[in-house]
Amino acid sequence: MTALNPIEALQAAFADAIEDAQTFRGETTIVVAREAIVDVCRYCRDTEGLAYNFLSDVTGVDYHPQEPRFGVLYHLYSMIHNRSLRLKVLLPGDDPVVPSVTEVYPAANWSEREIYDLLGVRFSGHPDMRRILLPDDWEGHPLRKDYPLGKETVQFSFNFDHVDQYKPYAQE
Amino acid sequence: MGLTSKLGEMGVITVRLEDAVNWARTRAMWPMLFGLACCAIEMMSTQASLYDLSRFGMELMRPSPRQSDLMIVAGRVTRKMAPVLRQLYDQMPEPKWVLSMGDCASCGGVFNNYAVVQGVDEIVPVDVYVAGCPPRPEQLIHGIMMLHERVKQEHISDWA
Amino acid sequence: MTGIRDSAWEGDLEQLKGLVSERALTGETMVLNMGPQHPSTHGVLRLILELDGETIVNCTPDVGYLHTGIEKTFESKRYEQAVVLTDRMDYLNPLGNNLAYCLAVEKLTELDVPPRAQYLRVLLAELTRINSHLVWLGTHALDIGAMSVFLYCFREREKVLDIFEMVAGQRMMATYFRPGGLWRDVPEEFEPAVRDFLDYFPAKIDDYEKLLTENPLWRDRTQGIGYLSADDAVRLGCTGPTLRGSGVNWDIRKAIPYSSYDHFEFDVPLGQHGDVYDRYLIRIEEMRQSLRIVRQALDNLPSGPVRSNNRKYVPPPRSEIGHSMEALIHHFKLWTEGFRPPEGEVYVRVESPRGELGCFLASDGSPRPWRVHFRTPSFIHLSALPHMAKGHMIADLVGIVGSIDIVLGDCDR
Repeated sequence: MTALNPIEALQAAFADAIEDAQTFRGETTIVVAREAIVDVCRYCRDTEGLAYNFLSDVTGVDYHPQEPRFGVLYHLYSMIHNRSLRLKVLLPGDDPVVPSVTEVYPAANWSEREIYDLLGVRFSGHPDMRRILLPDDWEGHPLRKDYPLGKETVQFSFNFDHVDQYKPYAQE
Repeated sequence: MGLTSKLGEMGVITVRLEDAVNWARTRAMWPMLFGLACCAIEMMSTQASLYDLSRFGMELMRPSPRQSDLMIVAGRVTRKMAPVLRQLYDQMPEPKWVLSMGDCASCGGVFNNYAVVQGVDEIVPVDVYVAGCPPRPEQLIHGIMMLHERVKQEHISDWA
Repeated sequence: MTGIRDSAWEGDLEQLKGLVSERALTGETMVLNMGPQHPSTHGVLRLILELDGETIVNCTPDVGYLHTGIEKTFESKRYEQAVVLTDRMDYLNPLGNNLAYCLAVEKLTELDVPPRAQYLRVLLAELTRINSHLVWLGTHALDIGAMSVFLYCFREREKVLDIFEMVAGQRMMATYFRPGGLWRDVPEEFEPAVRDFLDYFPAKIDDYEKLLTENPLWRDRTQGIGYLSADDAVRLGCTGPTLRGSGVNWDIRKAIPYSSYDHFEFDVPLGQHGDVYDRYLIRIEEMRQSLRIVRQALDNLPSGPVRSNNRKYVPPPRSEIGHSMEALIHHFKLWTEGFRPPEGEVYVRVESPRGELGCFLASDGSPRPWRVHFRTPSFIHLSALPHMAKGHMIADLVGIVGSIDIVLGDCDR
């Protein structure tokens, strides 16, 4: 079973859906149209020469203020051919929805929930699209670039009294 | 501790009630088995063989807040955990003490961001702060000793 | 343990419907909340259990009680400042996290690491693995009811921590690996101390095995519990001892060698049954293999510098600053402004004691990372927990949670 070049194989199979392909530091990144991501993942998993049977990670990036604003990255790995591949889906800022790949790779379940929680990218068809890390009533998505870090003024000796007077100390 | 003994024929020890109660409280101060993050591992080290917290009558970690006297807040307190922590504190019977272990619990530490409460004293009143990230077991024991010293200074008139 | 109507669930029956079966809504089965303050959840894990008598029908982990916002904090730190944050993520594997992050930065900047630093990294990463497995063994045994193992494990763990303290000045959060090498070279006492440990520790592993491996109680509580087939393990994204317990031979140290792991001889133990007992055997064997690697690294430790000579990314040694203007400028630039790696995205995998630890790094060419993401094994393993727990007794759940070796700081970040 010979290993296929993932870029060529995917370009042959999904001519319209492959938007870009690049290699940086030995890592191949293929940019896929969001409508096709589930089919591309299934093809990558089931085609003999690709056999990316293991999904390491799904993560998201906010490229704000660039447009398309969000990127969702799938790190696939093939235990048979011992190599990895990164698929990337770019999403517009006003409509960050992407089909969920949980039916192909069940390992994506929690990672997708985490991206929804922290970046606000929704995954259509996900079995359980709830917040995972933050409380259910949290407002906003912290990893977005327009969300503040939320740091508080640090208390040093020169501003101790000033900060202290606003600090909400607990009562018995 | 101001213990006056009159060991005569009667075999009687006289001591101030305050001192006797405070002595009892410091010698069997049961901490709550409650770890949050990195500091919890050092708290476990303090419990285990080499540092052996049972020398101070504290070997009995109670997983239930209703049986514990001391809450060691070991680790960063997040916004999601904060209500839970306060509920545990409210469930502890009086008298109760809180020891804030580590920088994160004391002041937020390196995590000055949206998720971490900047000091557990915003949620529960703290008696002793132990610095360090994480504090060594010796530091934790030192903090506990300081708390014991403090408990020994308590007066009956202050009891609610 | 408190009721389900506790915090966020109030008034949200629709959401609850997906997590428990119809039988729970009619009162036929019981919904039980375990955690976040529970001694055997290894921190602040909350499990929502649906029980039919004592049998688990549904198990829904609720994580995030230790969500520290580390990934967001990364974006406000410079590359070299951010190393300290990685320690505090998986606090049983601080040096392994340092390694993943440093390898990612080095891959991004194409920074070379001297062989001595690579060997010392391997040596210390393996000691960290032993350290982590010792805490795992102690707490796992404690959960199942073997108290003495906990005390023995922590006694040996202190020896490892003493070595970390010797090289880095800190017991747990060493922050010893930096992009481009190490913080400084190891002291003279390092080698005898590690050799002492190498002589001392193998007998102790045998002691743990004597206490547990053939113990009928231990076998009853662990054999056949938490079964995970090889297919399911791969499908659900399990890695590390959890994957190898199911018989899949995949160790990143062998498959994609990093930091000169390909120079060392070691075996990857495999299980057959995919249960809690096999995962226990694998971790015990891994400690022995780690000792082998440590011994080889110590015997073949190359001499030379421990930091890259690339002054664009790595600060010059203190001794140079006194007489070299150029070194002074580099030093000043690095500590005030930081370095600027090229634009790009990299993903690096390392084998942490729990499994695959991935570090994704996106750079926009500025001195601060644009996005850092850690693929943490505990997070993925916890998502596989319901699959393993269904149909078992509630008492076995404690063993299963222990066997996948979760660290909540690793999970929630």
